[in-house]
Amino acid sequence: MALTREPIEPGSLRARQLLARDLLRGDLEGLDLERHVQQSIITTTLDKAVNWARGNSMFPATFGLACCAIEMMSIVASRVDVARFGWEAFRASPRQADLLIISGRVSIKMAPVVRRIYDQMLEPKWAIAMGACSSSMGVFNNYAIVPADKFMPVDVHVPGCPPRPEALMHGILRLRKMIQDDPEMGWRQRYDAEGTEEIVPGAEPAGA
Amino acid sequence: MPDQVGLELIAGQLASSNPGAVTGTTFFRGRGTLEIEPGSVRGVLAALREQHGFRALMSVHGVDYYPEEPRLGVHYEMLDMQRVDRITVKLRVTLAEPEVDSVTPDWPTANHQEREVYDMFGVRFAGHPDLRRILMPEDYEGHPQRRDFPIGGEPVLFTHNDATSPGWTR
Amino acid sequence: MDAVSSTRSEYRAREDSITMSPLETQISQQRDGETVELLTLNIGPHHPATHGVLRLLVTLEGEIVRDLQPIIGYVHTGIEKTAEDKAYWKVIPVVERMDYLSYYFNAMAYCGAVETLLECEVPKRAQYLRVIHLELNRIMSHLVWLGTSALDLGAISMFWYCFREREAILDLFEFSSGQRMHTRYFQVGGVAEDIPPGFEQKLREFLDVMPTRADQYGDLLRRNEILLQRLRGTCPLDEASLLALGVTGPLLRAAGNPWDLRKAEPYSSYDDFAFKIPVGTVGDNYDRFAVRLAEIYESVKIIDQALEGLPEGPHITEDRKIALPPRHELATSMEALIHHFKLVTEGFRVPAGEVYYPIESPRGELGCFVRSDGSSKPARVHMRDPSFVNLQATAPMCRGAYIADLIATLAMLDPILGGIDR
Repeated sequence: MALTREPIEPGSLRARQLLARDLLRGDLEGLDLERHVQQSIITTTLDKAVNWARGNSMFPATFGLACCAIEMMSIVASRVDVARFGWEAFRASPRQADLLIISGRVSIKMAPVVRRIYDQMLEPKWAIAMGACSSSMGVFNNYAIVPADKFMPVDVHVPGCPPRPEALMHGILRLRKMIQDDPEMGWRQRYDAEGTEEIVPGAEPAGA
Repeated sequence: MPDQVGLELIAGQLASSNPGAVTGTTFFRGRGTLEIEPGSVRGVLAALREQHGFRALMSVHGVDYYPEEPRLGVHYEMLDMQRVDRITVKLRVTLAEPEVDSVTPDWPTANHQEREVYDMFGVRFAGHPDLRRILMPEDYEGHPQRRDFPIGGEPVLFTHNDATSPGWTR
Repeated sequence: MDAVSSTRSEYRAREDSITMSPLETQISQQRDGETVELLTLNIGPHHPATHGVLRLLVTLEGEIVRDLQPIIGYVHTGIEKTAEDKAYWKVIPVVERMDYLSYYFNAMAYCGAVETLLECEVPKRAQYLRVIHLELNRIMSHLVWLGTSALDLGAISMFWYCFREREAILDLFEFSSGQRMHTRYFQVGGVAEDIPPGFEQKLREFLDVMPTRADQYGDLLRRNEILLQRLRGTCPLDEASLLALGVTGPLLRAAGNPWDLRKAEPYSSYDDFAFKIPVGTVGDNYDRFAVRLAEIYESVKIIDQALEGLPEGPHITEDRKIALPPRHELATSMEALIHHFKLVTEGFRVPAGEVYYPIESPRGELGCFVRSDGSSKPARVHMRDPSFVNLQATAPMCRGAYIADLIATLAMLDPILGGIDR
């Protein structure tokens, strides 16, 4: 009985797989090679690639203040798993973190501490105000609390008291989208850092 | 719980051992309260411990009775674990002389609790090893939980409203 | 933070609440006149292992803790002051946010105090429902404690296992009240709503699974060499010192004193249930760990009995001056409409008086002091929070132990800063 092989359509997945195999073996040459490369490499700017990587490998700082911290711990837990997005590496040292999730009420004694930690973080850095208390005083509007916006810039506010882990995930995904889609991300405007972009002579300014 | 009769007996015995200490008794919703002179708090608590078995001090907390005078009150909740009895000891001080003897040397549990009463109401405890503010920042002025202290609070502006109120976060 | 330094900044001078010189001379005398330099280390409010924003000023001789001072207030929210501004009904959500892992207990203590002032009778069904939710909250609080403490000690995978169970419990809370945390389920006079159909079955499924899971956690941890070396024999404190410091709850029970308010001063029908109180012997960290682990089994037993014996009846007091009338009555009865209006706008008035209502929370005696002046807003609400008092025991426990033991002790102490700072 003769072995018949199904004919492989050019451009189908199987054909691309075989071409990739040949490429890796070093068997593709000439025109075939050029055509394959054009078909399979995604072209992008360096900024976009960097932001894609940043959005997928964020190191949040372990900054739990009050009840929202428990729900923040829940997103690390297995039901709503933040490790799917690469965000599970919570770092204790602010120098190693890029995201500050202010989870909980910020009291007036704690506000300078939060600001200090935020200052110790290295650029680029983001902040999520999780929960009603840090966004806007929440259930308590009294002498003892400050809203986080009063002393530090906040990128995403997640409402809720406490926000469900799914709600916090939504906020996190919005932030991730902001990071990945918008190379400028606004932090240059926040810190009056316009003009600090690296200009390669002869090339277009990145992200313009 | 010491019932009404038991409460009067305790008050009577205290009147003989610490004369002039007990100024009144209240029996409300099944619990007894002794009102005492502010200066005699250590003696009364010691007598309750030695003679009546209330060996555990569960809570020391302050109350502001504004606008009644004397305005500041300190309550001591005592517990007898052997007979499962509770009694409250209450004293009142005025704003002008908010001095009370600290019971911390006899009851170490009162340490942080008296600091909280000082922080929130301004009652000074003489003989406390370390009377500083505990919940508010150390240089805070005012005693927040007094009834005439304003509740405070502030309007909230968000970062992205920077366009209408620029420089807010700088 | 500086070590012993010659230039004293103003900040350093303000922090100088630990007088080091007597301590240094004391230790150098012990070492036959060798000069001893002590290091003051600030284990700051932002720290992965302090279970919240607790700040510790630790005086160290090498790695041994010589003195310890906790500095709190970093999450002080003025809840007690806020509560004076709100009607009694509206205080419940505010007060729930104090000890944020045992929110049902906060609500229970407050509602119990107000019910005592009102002399309001809570129906039996409501009491049983309260017990079910309280014990579920106790299990959940112990699970979070277990997960985070094991995380501190290095058993990182315990975190995920415990939170898996916690999700199951939060599903039950969401089923009965609509919210995962801070559910506002306990109301003055009973509970806000009766349990929906299907809740019993889901609860039974959970109860079937929970003891097995607790066994698994025990198997993972109880005979683990590292855990034993870190917890066995570290930082014990005897019962007399604990009582002098006012410590209650699992810490006191670990030292051998079986004081539990559910047995000693039963509230909310706890005397209808048969359960044991786990008690330790030595009072070291291992006993504290074992007592809390054993309490999970006992809570499962209580919920089981409560579910079996759940009586029929109203889920909240029938007194329309205290509890909202059911909505279908609003269409037919004029009094119901008036009561509803009164309750929603002004709230119920509570007769003047002061009451202290203690209950047994997962951390110890949680007492709520409510003073009423006859109006519809409380004149003073104070929570005697167990963590606030238990924190004073940290220093005696940790003197003479290593920093690692300090971390383990903090984990076993189970402080919840929301309750400490209120």
